[in-house]
Amino acid sequence: MRAAVIRFPGSNCDQDCHHVLQEFGFATDFVWHKETTAAGYDLIVLPGGFSYGDYLRSGAIARFSPVMKSIVEQAARGVLVLGICNGFQILCESGLLPGALMRNRDLHFRCEHVRLRVENNANPFLCASAVGRLLNIPIAHGEGSFTADAQTLAGLNAEGRVLLRYCDADGNPSPEANPNGSAENIAGICNGQRNVFGLMPHPERACDDALLSTDGRAVFDSLVMTLGKSRAA
Amino acid sequence: MKAKVIVMPKRSILDPHGVAVREAMRHHGLPGVKSVRVGKVLEVEVDGADEAAMHEICRDLLSNPVIEDYELVVEK
Repeated sequence: MRAAVIRFPGSNCDQDCHHVLQEFGFATDFVWHKETTAAGYDLIVLPGGFSYGDYLRSGAIARFSPVMKSIVEQAARGVLVLGICNGFQILCESGLLPGALMRNRDLHFRCEHVRLRVENNANPFLCASAVGRLLNIPIAHGEGSFTADAQTLAGLNAEGRVLLRYCDADGNPSPEANPNGSAENIAGICNGQRNVFGLMPHPERACDDALLSTDGRAVFDSLVMTLGKSRAA
Repeated sequence: MKAKVIVMPKRSILDPHGVAVREAMRHHGLPGVKSVRVGKVLEVEVDGADEAAMHEICRDLLSNPVIEDYELVVEK
């Protein structure tokens, strides 16, 4: 299994992603955003951070980095693409995922553990978890309020493309459990082909016993399950 | 070409920044303020005068059509 962690100027979760991917058995490379190809990988990760200082809008300038053209091509070929936090913002800006991430409802930068409910597991990113499982994973963002028009939201729901929602201890997506004002408590979505996943929470920060929660493993276990299987096939 | 690009949050979208500024204005002695929306203005100087190209870049880079509208004001 080979993985690429894309580095933009201002990425700051690249090392964490690299560390966790290696732990899960991925031969992992850092790929600088000025590279013109991201071919040859089973998984491409766009890590969190503040690419280009979030100038203009978060993800707006990174989207035009040379490597993004290749990532769009690889995604079209079915390669798995995972965008975490700023990576999610870049995926939305690039059109690989619908919608946009706006300033948090209360304008605060929220850095805390949140509860997430697995809404769908018929995808490569959460197949190792049961639907309804609650995950404790941290968030750290100022612009994570997922926004899309009513038609887009209806499509995401109808196609089972909302993979994670912020929820309370009982699994209800209540307004109180919504840390940033996201439409319908949406924390993560995938594309129609189900090989591109963007989420605001940081699963790579919840994979080690020393870090309060290991629920982030849900994502990496699923990736190993998916890619291990396709290797064997 | 000299131009101003005005980028504003779409009217259909809640602008939390604008709401916060509105509340601050109310607390600072202007209780009648009804609405504030915060956008941004970009002053652009370009060699040549390709308005179509400017519109394209306004759509693709300077604004995000999912959440924002833009206005291009050319100042010759």
